[in-house]
Amino acid sequence: MKGESLRNTFGQVLSQLVQQDSRVVALDGDLGNSTKLDHVLMVKESAFFQMGIAEQNMVGVAVGLAHVGVKPWVCSFATFLTKRAFDQIVVSVAQTNANVKLIGSYSGLLTSNTGKSHHSLEDLTMFSTIPNMSVIAPADAQELASAMKIMYETDGPMYLRVSRDETIPPFLGGEPFQLGKGRVLADGGPILVVSTGTMTYQVKLALEQLQTNMVTHLHMPSIKPFDTKLLLEHAALCTQVVTVEEHYIRGGLGGIVAEILSEQNPKYVTRIGVKDAFSGCGTDAELLEANGLSANCIAETIKKLLAK
Amino acid sequence: MISIQQLENHAVSIRRKIIETAHYKKQGHVGGSLSAVDILTVLYFDQLNLNGNEMRDRFVLSKGHVALGLYCTLAERGLIEMEELKTFDSFDSRLQAHPDMTRLESLDMSTGSLGQGLSTAVGMAMGAKYLSQSFHVFVLLGDGESQEGQVWEAASIAARYKLNNLTVIVDCNGLQQFGWYEGNQVFPPDQHLPEKFKSFGFLVQEVDGHSIASLQKVLEQSKQNRTNQPIAIIAKTVKGKGVSFMENNYLWHSKAPNDEELDQALLQLEVGGECR
Repeated sequence: MKGESLRNTFGQVLSQLVQQDSRVVALDGDLGNSTKLDHVLMVKESAFFQMGIAEQNMVGVAVGLAHVGVKPWVCSFATFLTKRAFDQIVVSVAQTNANVKLIGSYSGLLTSNTGKSHHSLEDLTMFSTIPNMSVIAPADAQELASAMKIMYETDGPMYLRVSRDETIPPFLGGEPFQLGKGRVLADGGPILVVSTGTMTYQVKLALEQLQTNMVTHLHMPSIKPFDTKLLLEHAALCTQVVTVEEHYIRGGLGGIVAEILSEQNPKYVTRIGVKDAFSGCGTDAELLEANGLSANCIAETIKKLLAK
Repeated sequence: MISIQQLENHAVSIRRKIIETAHYKKQGHVGGSLSAVDILTVLYFDQLNLNGNEMRDRFVLSKGHVALGLYCTLAERGLIEMEELKTFDSFDSRLQAHPDMTRLESLDMSTGSLGQGLSTAVGMAMGAKYLSQSFHVFVLLGDGESQEGQVWEAASIAARYKLNNLTVIVDCNGLQQFGWYEGNQVFPPDQHLPEKFKSFGFLVQEVDGHSIASLQKVLEQSKQNRTNQPIAIIAKTVKGKGVSFMENNYLWHSKAPNDEELDQALLQLEVGGECR
C-alpha cells in the first residue's frame, strides 16, 4: 500500500472547512508551508491569519477569536505549540473552555532530521492533564480526516497530533473516528497490545511479521477522553499488556494504561516508547529503531513475551 | 449623559467598597485596584456599550489580580449585587480571586497569569473585523505586567492587523509586587512604555489616570479611531490612590487593612470629600 501524507490531508480538510463555514479560520506560526496549513491560504486568503513566530500570542488571539464567535484552528510544530504556549493553553484556552482547535504537526520523533529541539515527546502527557481538553492521535490520513470532522462538530478545546510520517497507507478502513472510543484491530490473546497514532501501523506490521493469533491489538486514537471500558474488557482476557507510542515512555499512553490497570485490574505492562534521553537527528528508520519502535523491534518484544 | 461629578462619586464609592471588601475578606490586591478605579469607572459608567450580546463592547482585565477592583465596579454599576462582594475569593463564589468568565457572565475573559490579556483582546478585535461587527475592545494592562514578552508579541500583531477597534490602557502606577529597588529607592517597572508602544506601531496618548475628564475624552476619542493604527493610552496612576498611607507603597500590592486602617481609609474616602 502507498503512503498517504497526514499533513496534506490536514491541510486539505481544513481548506474544505473554511470554504464551507465562514467562521472557521486558520492561525499559522510561520510554518504553513511545512504543516500544509498553506492549503487554506490558497483557497481562502481571508481565513488565513499569519501570527508570526510567536506561539504564546497566537494561542491567546485564538481564544479572543473563539469568544466572539469565530472558530479558530491553530497550527504549529507540536513542540513549539505545546511547550512554548502551555500556560496560555491552560489559562486562556482550557479554563475558558474556548472553542479553539490546536494542531501539533511534526509530532513525536519523526520530524525530518531536525533533532531534539524539534521532537515533541511530552504532548500527550501535558495535554492529558488539562481539564476540558480533548486529545486525539490518529493513525492514518482517513482517521485524521474523520477526527477533524468530529473536532469541527464538537465545541470546546481540542488537541490533534499530526505525524509527519509520509509512509502510512490508509490501513484502518473506513470506520469513522469517535471521540472517546478505541478500535479493536486484532482479537486474540493472551498478549494485549495497545497503541496510538501512527505507531498503530508499526504494530500492525509487527503482527503480520509474527503471524500469530495470540495477540489482541487495540488502537486508541482518543487519548482523552480515553476508552477505559474497552481497555478493561480486553485486559481482563489477557495476561500481559504492551503499549506502543511515539512519545516519552513516561506519561503518555503507557502511563494512562498503567494507571487504569493498576487501579482496576493489575497487569504486567511493558511500555514501548521513547527512552528517557534526548535523541539526535536521524532518519525515521534510525529513530524508530533506536527507540524500539520499528515494526521489527515491536515484533521482537512481543516474541519475547509470547515465549515467557 | 453622565456628569463628571457623578463619575467621581461612583469612583469614591468603588474605592470604599474595595477597602471594605478587602477588610471583610482579609484578602485582595488593594493597591492596584485603587490605581485602576478611575479607568474602570469611566469604562463601565460611560464608555462600554454593554447592550446587545454579540454587539456589546468587550473588556479584558489583563492584570487579573485586580479582580477586586473590577467586581466592586460591577457592583456599583448594578451588574452584580453589593451583597455578593462578601463572597469574593470564596470557594464557591462567582467572584474568584482572579477573573473567571465561566462563573461570572459579566466578564469577557478569564485572566490571572500575567501577559495573556492583550493577546485575547487582539483576537476579539480581529474577530470583530472578520465578522464585520462594530464593537470595540478595551484591555487594561499593568506596567509591571508589560515585562511579559507575550505583551509585545500581541502588540506587534495588533499593529500589523491595523486594529483601530482596540484600545489598550496601561495602568502605570509605577510599582509592582516586589520589583526593582536599590537601597530604599524603588524604581518603576518600565518608564519607556510610550516609546515602546509607538515603536510597535500604536498611536499613543498619555493621560492622568485619575482625571475622569481626561480619561473620558481620550477613551471616547479612541472609540472613534479612524486611523489604521491601534491606540495605547498610557495612564499615569498612583498605586493605592485615595488612601494616603497606601499611596505609592508597594507593600499594599496585596494586603488587607486591619480595623483601624479601615476606619482611617474610609474617613479619607468620603463622597464629595478631598480624596481626589
